[in-house]
Amino acid sequence: MFEIGLSHYLSVAAILFTLGILGIFINRKNVIVILMSVELMLLAVNINLVAFSSHLNDMVGQVFAMFVLTVAAAEAAIGLAILMVYFRNRGSIAVEDINMMKG
Amino acid sequence: MIQALAFYMFALITVASAVMVISARNPVHSVLFLILAFFNAAGLFVLLGAEFLAMILVLVYVGAVAVLFLFVVMMLDINFVELRQGFLQYLPLGGIIGLLMLAELLVVVVGPALTPLAAAGGSALAPPAALTNTEALGVLIYTHYIYLFQAAGMILLVAMIGAIVLTHRTRKGVRKQRIADQIARRAEETIELVKVEPGKGI
Repeated sequence: MFEIGLSHYLSVAAILFTLGILGIFINRKNVIVILMSVELMLLAVNINLVAFSSHLNDMVGQVFAMFVLTVAAAEAAIGLAILMVYFRNRGSIAVEDINMMKG
Repeated sequence: MIQALAFYMFALITVASAVMVISARNPVHSVLFLILAFFNAAGLFVLLGAEFLAMILVLVYVGAVAVLFLFVVMMLDINFVELRQGFLQYLPLGGIIGLLMLAELLVVVVGPALTPLAAAGGSALAPPAALTNTEALGVLIYTHYIYLFQAAGMILLVAMIGAIVLTHRTRKGVRKQRIADQIARRAEETIELVKVEPGKGI
């Protein structure tokens, strides 16, 4: 209980990842909260990477976590830019309305 | 002991604020709870000995990404009550899938599958203990991972240009200074001398 090991960190990461998935499901209409849920999932992945890096005494995990952080920042910037353009064109950010490309 | 207490505090606050992120009524509150979650995840990183990543997390996520979210939430004029509809409708499905996912992940985590990995030990790339975390990370990313590091910089550059291109628009009715036109003006095409005879108008 008071000996914090790898599995404790992995459990926290698993709970965070699940909360991210749940957030995507229950906020089906709100793109902003969906993007935030994706950020939560990436954070969970980062916790996993850093926990394994610390456990195995291998710095590569932290290098990789840094790259994940980079991609997450780029993804948030592009996602929010697309959101702004979409809102400017349609006046709403409801996910159901995003069907102009009939995909 | 203190480490365990710190871990439980950070973990509990992270998970609780993650719950609030996905369930808060107001997206502004969601963003603020996201910031709290990132701060406490940074605390977890410090406990794991990854101080540099913890600081990067605070800088990048709290300083840039979360503030970006906050700006977008505040700039968009949206009826958030309307967007909340269907919250309870999707909750059972999402809850079932979430619970399944969590159960599978926790089986992997606390199951016996992890024991051989623990015995495997570190890799050949383990840094000498004399280096601090930041130094060790720097030694790695500027030698073995220099191309990936440059590629990460390129990704950020492309993201920046993409965001600017996407959101930039030329608005009508905005008066701008056009320096080329100003320089190209000549006196003979702007000023006209008119001979006015006395007693008459122009």
